[in-house]
Amino acid sequence: MSDTLLDTGTLLKVAGLRVAFALGGRQIHAVNGVSYSVAQRQTLAIIGESGSGKTVSCRALLGLLPSTATVAGSAQFRGTELIGLSDAQLRKHRGTDIAMVFQDPARSLNPTMRVGAQITEAIRTHRQLSKAEAREQAIELLRLVRMPAAERRFHEYPHQLSGGMRQRVMIAIALACRPRLLIADEATTALDVTTQAQIMELLLDLQDQLGMSLIMISHDLGLAASYADEVIVMYGGKVVEQAPSAKLFGVGGAVRMRYTRALLDAIPHLERPAHTLLPVVGGRPPDLSALPEGCSFAPRCAHARDDCRQAEPELAEHVPGHRWACWHPCENGAAPHD
Amino acid sequence: MTEQAGPGGYSVRPPGETLLSARGVVQEFVVRERGGVKAGIVHAVSGVSFDIMAGETLGIVGETGSGKSTLARALLQAPRPKAGSVTFRGVDLTKLRGRKLLQARRHMQFVFQDPFGSLDPKWQVRSIVEEPLIAYHEGTRDARRKRVAEMLDLVGLDPARFGKRYPRELSGGQAQRVAIARAVALNPSLIICDEAVSSLDVLIQAQVLNLFEKLRGELGLSYLFIAHDLALVKQVSDRVAVMYLGKLCEVGNGEAVYRQPLHPYTRALLDSIPSTEPGAGRATATIKGEPPSPVNPPSGCRFRTRCPLAAERCATEEPLPREMAPGHLVACHFPLMPGDVASTTTPAATSGARRS
Repeated sequence: MSDTLLDTGTLLKVAGLRVAFALGGRQIHAVNGVSYSVAQRQTLAIIGESGSGKTVSCRALLGLLPSTATVAGSAQFRGTELIGLSDAQLRKHRGTDIAMVFQDPARSLNPTMRVGAQITEAIRTHRQLSKAEAREQAIELLRLVRMPAAERRFHEYPHQLSGGMRQRVMIAIALACRPRLLIADEATTALDVTTQAQIMELLLDLQDQLGMSLIMISHDLGLAASYADEVIVMYGGKVVEQAPSAKLFGVGGAVRMRYTRALLDAIPHLERPAHTLLPVVGGRPPDLSALPEGCSFAPRCAHARDDCRQAEPELAEHVPGHRWACWHPCENGAAPHD
Repeated sequence: MTEQAGPGGYSVRPPGETLLSARGVVQEFVVRERGGVKAGIVHAVSGVSFDIMAGETLGIVGETGSGKSTLARALLQAPRPKAGSVTFRGVDLTKLRGRKLLQARRHMQFVFQDPFGSLDPKWQVRSIVEEPLIAYHEGTRDARRKRVAEMLDLVGLDPARFGKRYPRELSGGQAQRVAIARAVALNPSLIICDEAVSSLDVLIQAQVLNLFEKLRGELGLSYLFIAHDLALVKQVSDRVAVMYLGKLCEVGNGEAVYRQPLHPYTRALLDSIPSTEPGAGRATATIKGEPPSPVNPPSGCRFRTRCPLAAERCATEEPLPREMAPGHLVACHFPLMPGDVASTTTPAATSGARRS
């Protein structure tokens, strides 16, 4: 296939994605109509709290959900529909087209296998290579992820590595087949900030070098502001705001959806004086088995009015490139609530 | 160990009454290979000194393996530190045993990271909060019940609704509130929070942080607030101490440490934090590699193996804490000068602007 023709095109187009889980007679509506697209070489951040549907929506693309899940909607990867494919068919896309890196490298690696064997296994699952060739490739991958003393680490077990090094191994495995899209699910959350910065720089460098697209799933808006091109904010299984990172966090940028604002205000900030009370949002995230009518954030929103509780606001592009779903959005350029 | 901070050390005293005073605290563990052969010593905490004043919040920030949790436990004498003293309300806890230690310690309570791990899953919330009162033979059964209800009210949980619940019926934020209610039940003067909000979602975390502020005001509490997140620590603390590989490298007023970090490690931490502030630029990895093993800490300055400014002297001579500005101490031979640190957050200071 000719890459040059597609270089600026859309790699992944998700439309109206829904995921529900059957749980003891109840339906848990984890993802409720999510649409977005990822361009070649783009970095998209999907931000949300626990239970917002950010991970489930990405796992659904690769068929990595338990059998209790029902997935509807569409997800086209370079024109191929992924939703509805059998496990055998999806396996052709996993790793080679889309690869995933998870939060906890300690649990994703096999503790009884040497690091090198785990990487060569990943390579040989997808490609017909001799053991020696795969080994060479594996060491090459360890060098690619800037593993210090790659040859020595090749023979070590996961417990001999630090958290940052284990995550480098996970990235090496994910890159074994040079995927076009890498999904990093809270990949740096368990790491220290200085290590997180190193891993993020590594990911962005690899992205440039390999021409990959990247989806970062995170709860950290700071991470999105710092590293992503485009940001999606999810709440109650829906996208509530989407914009280029610079439009939300840059100079003159502004967050419009009330939930995003609340999230931003609740983050402890170095600029804020000590002991200031944080603007607090009461209540808890919505019950996904009984989503409220109207806006799902309305029960917790200080600005909610009657219309918010009656009808659900559409996610619409109110300003070019900036979509939000809110009946009474924050004013543009409004000073952050302090 | 000889790393005890020099005279004065980190002990420059802010005005007010000293509640807790740690001097040259050392904690070490022996690691053994298979068969019980001694393989080395983990130098987890190596000569740490600081004071906490009455009503003050001292924050300790450090990365995984910096020894911050070990330090907190050493203060509590669980386990007892290998050297140094911990004077709490005028009594050296390292000299006390048994019942006397127990009595001295009741004014010092702990809140841990994982609320579910620290609450007995088979106990109802009201029994969990009552337990410390029973342990210290406080009041009659009725008085205790009343106190439990007050404490639950104080942390924002309706006693009628939550008293009879079990931990599994609580959300993470609610469980952490129960842990806090239990911690304040004995009316302590110091609460040690070890990553107490780190596992909570942002909005819930803000609620719990505000609760800590409220209790500080209403009960006149002091906190030792330990976390890996510098922004979080600065938000709640009067003074901030930065810990690296078992030693404090910088201590000062939170605002001063942020505006004008003196230690290269503090600067690197600040540079690594991704920020949502307009014009903050991209977070940068200014230090490379991984922290060295506490089994074989580097000679001299422990940060020198990753420090961009390290010189020969850093390997041979351990930097002792120096007071560079009133109340602002640093343990570094080549502390950053105001000019060097003009601003960690303006776009000009960060290499490589945001992509796109």
